[in-house]
This record gives sequence, structure tokens and C-alpha cells, in this order.
Amino acid sequence: MARVLLFGRLADQAGWRDRSVEAASLTALRDALAAVDPDLGEALGGPGVQVAVDKTIVRGEAALAAATEVAFLPPMSGG
Amino acid sequence: MTAFPSISLTAQAFEPGALLTTFCAGRDETGAVASFVGLARAEQGQARALELEAYPGFTDAAIARIAEDAKARFSLHDYRIVHRIGPIKPGEAVVFVATAAGHRRAAFEACDFLMDYLKSRAPFWKKEHGPDGDRWIEPTTQDRTDAERWD
Repeated sequence: MARVLLFGRLADQAGWRDRSVEAASLTALRDALAAVDPDLGEALGGPGVQVAVDKTIVRGEAALAAATEVAFLPPMSGG
Repeated sequence: MTAFPSISLTAQAFEPGALLTTFCAGRDETGAVASFVGLARAEQGQARALELEAYPGFTDAAIARIAEDAKARFSLHDYRIVHRIGPIKPGEAVVFVATAAGHRRAAFEACDFLMDYLKSRAPFWKKEHGPDGDRWIEPTTQDRTDAERWD
């Protein structure tokens, strides 16, 4: 199970910010999320959305071990 | 020398004067301390409250990387950064930055550099609660231009 975290407008859109999802890769995770909520699936792939796996930014595909933390980060605003 | 953490994200209101007093204490080689306090603006009633979201462990690590860059670049002795998260009322302090150096120019410049980074590139998500509802804020063109001065 990956622990999925949503931030900013993505969390507002989804209506949740922290959820466990069964997925062995980032692609499988995106597919699983999109199957439940297609609009969210589209937003997660939208412009400027970055992905952090265990708090490190990842571009492209990544394998997800058990208890991996995957965060979807919309464009950052600064403080 | 740093018995306190250099970087804090806090959901509690803080008193900038007390932070500055603590930061200045016990120094005998630091010739200059510069500090900056950012306050939440009311925007003539347009912003009733500000809400800042951070990703603990990610946001503080990103700030720490830039702060350590600043420390090397400006030969700082030390720095202290405190940033509010969660809901913030107009008039409350949002951010406190203090820099300590041998001489004033380095302290001023490092403080300016850190604020430009924090305002434009630090991983925060900012929401304004206004009379017409909530809206997510992105950095202004001015914030981006300010940050590019140091690239």
C-alpha cells in the first residue's frame, strides 16, 4: 500500500488529502486514482503538478515499495 | 552555538522580537544581524485570513538547502527562519528571517536572498479566504523577478 498525499488545490478538488492505495508503480497508482475519480486523475497529470516519492521529486515512472509515501504537489505559491 | 532549531514551521503565532533577542544573544564575533518580518495583509478587507499549507519534512528540507546555500554564499555565521503554517489572521507575522554575519552587507543581502526564495519558490501552498470565497494564490511576476536577481 502506498500512502498518497494531496496538497493545495488537488486536496480541495479530491475532497481528501491522505489515503492508502494499493499500487506497485506510479503509473498503476495514477490509474487506480483516475478509475475512482477521473477528474482527479486528469488534474494529477496537469501542468506544473510534481510528484514526490518519499519526499524526493520524481520525474516519470517509479516502482513503489510497501509503505512508500507519494505526494502530488500542485504549483507552489511560496510563503 | 545553535541550541535552537534553525528552521521552524509552526501553526502557532510567534513574537518576532523575542526571536530576534534570542538570535542576537551570546555572540562576540558577529558584527551584524539583519532581520525581516513579513506580516499578513488585510488587502482592504479582500483577505479575511490566509492559510498556508506545507509538506512537513519536504518543505523544511527544501528551505534548509537554500539556507545552507545562503550561508556559504554570504559567509553567514548563522541564520534563523520561522514560517507560519495553517490559518493566519491579518496583522499576524507570517515569516521571520534573521541572518548573522561579520559585517552588515552580507547580513542584509543574505536576508534579502532568503526572503526572495521564500516568497517565490519555497514549497508552500497559499489560500486566501475572502468575502467571495477561497482562492489559491500563485507567486506574482514580481516575486519571480525578485528571485531571479540571484540566479
